[in-house]
Amino acid sequence: MTRKSTMSPQTYKNHVTTKAMTSNGYNSTETPIKESKNHSSPCELFKSMPWFGMDIGGTLSKLVYFEPKDITRDEADAEVETLKNIRRYLTKNSAYGKTGHRDTHLQMDNVCIRGRRGTLHFIRFPTSEMGNFLALARSKGMANLVTTVCATGGGAYKFEKNFKQEVNMNLAKFDELDSLIRGMFYIETTNPHECYYWSYPTDDSKCQKVPYDFSEPYPFLLVNIGSGVSILTVYGPENYKRISGTSLGGGTFLGLCCLLTGCNTFEEAIELATGGDNTKVDKLVKDIYGGDYGPFGLPGDLVASSFGQMNSKDRRNAVNKEDLARATLVTITNNIGSIARMCAVNEKIERVVFVGNFLRVNPISMKLLAYAMDYWSKGTMKALFLEHEGYFGAVGCLLQFKGETN
Amino acid sequence: METKIDGERTHSIKLPSAVEVFANLKNAQKFAIDIGLSLTKIAYYSTISYRKALYEDAGLGNSGERAYKVHEGNRLHFVKFETRYIENCLDFVKQNLVDVERFHGKNIKVTGGGAYKYNGLLQEKLGLIVDKEDEIACLIKGCNFLLKNISCEAFEFERQGNPEYKFQKAGPNIFPYMLVNIGSGVSVLKVESDKVFERVGGTATGGGTFWGLGCLLTKKKGFDELLQLAERGDHRNVDMLVKDIYGGDYSSQGLCGDLIASSFGKVTYYSGEGKPKFSEADLARSLLLTVSNDIGQIASLYATMHKMNKVYFCGYFLRNHPLSMHTISCSIKYWSNGKVKPLFLRHEGYVGAIGAFLYGAGQSDECSWLENYAGSSGFKESISTNLGIKVDQLEIDQAETAVTFCPLLKDPATYNPDTTDLAEDKEARDYWLQCFEESVDKFVARAIHSQPHSPTAKDRATKLKEKYINRLHYLHLQPFAYGTLTVRVLLDTIEHCMKEFDFPDPYLHQKKKENEEALTYLKSRITTLDKLEGAEKIKALILGVLSGNMFDWGAQAVADLMETTDFGFAEAQAKIPGRPWLQDNLDDWIERLKTGPPHKCAAIFVDNSGVDIVLGILPFARDLLQRGTKVILCANSMPALNDVTYPELVVTLRDAAKICKVIRHALKENRLIAMETAQAGPCLDLSRLNLDLCLAMVKHKVDLIVLEGMGRTLHTNLHAKMTCECLKLAVIKNRWLALRLGGDMYAVICKYEPPPTKTKICDVKIKMKEECPSECMESATDVCTCDVKE
Repeated sequence: MTRKSTMSPQTYKNHVTTKAMTSNGYNSTETPIKESKNHSSPCELFKSMPWFGMDIGGTLSKLVYFEPKDITRDEADAEVETLKNIRRYLTKNSAYGKTGHRDTHLQMDNVCIRGRRGTLHFIRFPTSEMGNFLALARSKGMANLVTTVCATGGGAYKFEKNFKQEVNMNLAKFDELDSLIRGMFYIETTNPHECYYWSYPTDDSKCQKVPYDFSEPYPFLLVNIGSGVSILTVYGPENYKRISGTSLGGGTFLGLCCLLTGCNTFEEAIELATGGDNTKVDKLVKDIYGGDYGPFGLPGDLVASSFGQMNSKDRRNAVNKEDLARATLVTITNNIGSIARMCAVNEKIERVVFVGNFLRVNPISMKLLAYAMDYWSKGTMKALFLEHEGYFGAVGCLLQFKGETN
Repeated sequence: METKIDGERTHSIKLPSAVEVFANLKNAQKFAIDIGLSLTKIAYYSTISYRKALYEDAGLGNSGERAYKVHEGNRLHFVKFETRYIENCLDFVKQNLVDVERFHGKNIKVTGGGAYKYNGLLQEKLGLIVDKEDEIACLIKGCNFLLKNISCEAFEFERQGNPEYKFQKAGPNIFPYMLVNIGSGVSVLKVESDKVFERVGGTATGGGTFWGLGCLLTKKKGFDELLQLAERGDHRNVDMLVKDIYGGDYSSQGLCGDLIASSFGKVTYYSGEGKPKFSEADLARSLLLTVSNDIGQIASLYATMHKMNKVYFCGYFLRNHPLSMHTISCSIKYWSNGKVKPLFLRHEGYVGAIGAFLYGAGQSDECSWLENYAGSSGFKESISTNLGIKVDQLEIDQAETAVTFCPLLKDPATYNPDTTDLAEDKEARDYWLQCFEESVDKFVARAIHSQPHSPTAKDRATKLKEKYINRLHYLHLQPFAYGTLTVRVLLDTIEHCMKEFDFPDPYLHQKKKENEEALTYLKSRITTLDKLEGAEKIKALILGVLSGNMFDWGAQAVADLMETTDFGFAEAQAKIPGRPWLQDNLDDWIERLKTGPPHKCAAIFVDNSGVDIVLGILPFARDLLQRGTKVILCANSMPALNDVTYPELVVTLRDAAKICKVIRHALKENRLIAMETAQAGPCLDLSRLNLDLCLAMVKHKVDLIVLEGMGRTLHTNLHAKMTCECLKLAVIKNRWLALRLGGDMYAVICKYEPPPTKTKICDVKIKMKEECPSECMESATDVCTCDVKE
């Protein structure tokens, strides 16, 4: 099949800035359909299926799968058995092997991509399981189907050979940050409830997610917390820059938690942290000064030194796994918050959007970030979050797929 | 140390032991203490008595006894030890304080995290009332004090760089700067002046995080143990690097493969696979890098936010540990694109204690201070003591006179007195350390000889020798221990040790004898010179100064000659090589004197006693006086080898006035003035010149500076640039150095430097004053606007 460009950067830009589709639910716009008609028929596109977007990070691999729901009879007849099997396997299960998961709550129905209507599925597995993933893909006959998969993240480079050798797949590699931003805009415009903030982050009784109207987004700071952290300033869909980052990210949290508590997974670590108390581990301002540090206006319950009490044997004997997990989470989160806030000040930006899988099932961190942004900026800065926190790279990648099969 | 008049109660002089902890406790006044989590620093002020040998009465005492005058000097002592020994230390202080009761009910300034905890102990042991001083205010006051007073206090660090340590000069213009205190947590402080500062932020990821997590992750429990463990580890087994994710560089974002993408990110790779592939040392190193990198990044963000380009670091986390300093430096440079300069302090551990002390003392701000090399330990050098614990010490002497930069330095900000940085130049370092070690016996013999009637002289001299040799050996291993290592520092250290072991002026007799002897030749020398005219006379005067400069007891080769032969002025003259000399601007100098107007005033920095000052310098000065030039003779304040000191110069001038009419009249009319430099070594640091001398130089409009001797023109100031004319004269009496400079033994430096050619702006400035219409003079600051209008 010849190269079909369904979405040039120009039309893509129109797409994301058109705010016609913010009405209800996951309904999408008609605009892309009209535009794509000029280029290629939906039928031709169908031949390039299945459509995947993959983001292979340092710790987690994210897979986005587009399930077409508008298959015509002709198409159904022509569809090879393998493709049907794969579709069925992916959509009927929510767990794959031991470590693959489909986030069903994130699933987006009735979305339109390149003129086809269907459902987006969000799947993740640990990058360390790449071998098993490839074996599974092979066993499902993937090697006979497609020859190109869109991929981003460091793993797209690192595992390129393995994909070729084991499942006869070429990886069409896309830039990580480019994909992140594209995916984010697509999802944000497609899903009206995508963006939110936390109200009253320190008061559990009042605290809740509140939708945020992100229709005038620029400029904003994008903080992507994966294994490590990237910080970008975004002035427009094509106008962004990585300005900073830190190696203290989700990988650090998980690594330290595993070492300190013997846990094995992110979920376990978060669960432990939920039941812990970091003030038994950390040294607070009041532990040093007996109360607030008056001369410089530091409140007594502020953490002065993360893990600052753990050099004492007695204190070490008095803490449990939960406390250590909590302290790790608080340390990493506060540090990211503090770096993000200073970057925002230096860039004179007021809105900070936090994404990345570190925030998955992690309201503790989100609330901490929300509080820190508000407190240290004296209310001038706002922390924003997105529902599909870790999947934007994979989505952006899927969107950039040009439909070629050779 | 107790000092008495020699010969009278000599037996009661208490010997300072080679390593004495809490020195001079007896007369200690005003304590301050900084009690940190792991280290405690005690500061106190003492008056120290030391003897000054009296020049005028030398040799007048019965049976060759010499006369001394006991002087009182002020000294700041700082002792640093581990907080767990605080009780032992306080007990020791209590036992050794004379008249403990005098402290009862008095205040002690206390700062640091442990101030609250040890409140009761301080009260119980010393009866002092604890007066808590804010930690951050103390840090800033202490930091300002060190940066202004202690030379080579701050440095840049680059591991495996050459040099590894790049030291900064001390100076008055230190603001604004950012101070990052890394204790358990981190405080970031913006300092704009002595009085204006604020805490702009901080982070909880600090020394306590390293220590606490280190204890949890490894079996090591001590802070230093953890640092040592980290030194052995490889973080790449624990951290996820960019190349672990990408397989190589992430080139589109310019991230190199070795960059850490996720600290501890590799730990989970091994979960479920059984045995982890990393060691405790790897974990400790990863932890150290995590914390250091993070602090560097945060410091850089704050610096950017507040538009600061200098960040000083202090606090217990660093302890001048190379790996931490290196990581923080790299991190700051990386995140600020090299715009922010990370700086560390040699005495970072004492900053809080110094500040607390100064808050209690009040007066110390106005004086000038000087690090005492004899009493201070080098950094990273803990010393074992009679108390059985390891301590670090710092002693700072109050200068008797206030000092400042020489007003005629072309660029005080970049002035560096020292010609050779021995830390950078291994060949020179090895040579000079060896050279000083070989010559120590001569100094020591001279010291013993100077106190023939003291029963303790030999013992003290032995200890002095031991201390000095140890110091040289230590400097061999740690050339950066006292800042930039230079010949000047090595020479100063001898003088500090001499004073410390109560050998106030070993060359006093020698100097007096030589001065008196030389004076008997002055008349004939002048007569000889007066027979000459014009260029011949100028040349002869310069030759006279050079010949005089041969008489240097600090130069081994010449000292041997003087001891074994009848080495006189004529013999010295014969040793001066023929022209052209190694550096020979004599013709320019002659031309200048013949064609130019007379100088308004010359400041001559003199060197040795005897022939040098009397037959070399005095005729030279006399000639200038005859030309209508005022002359300020600048001599050391304190003795150093056989250099002529200010009191000696005054007496010598008085005696010379009896012989020479020109000198007599000039003294009377105040056209010939003797002044002291505030220096106490054979070298000359023009950034620490006696304030009164500096004022006089301005007042008398000095337009010619003459520097004489190896110490003042070769080891130091060879490259110094002045705003006025400068004449540098020396004979190189060290074969190694002469050869190194491309000459031979007794090679001559005769360097005449005219003032820097006036730039356009200067010309305009002069024009402005003399010719410009008044409205222009009113408004213009440094550039005349008349030219612009035209």
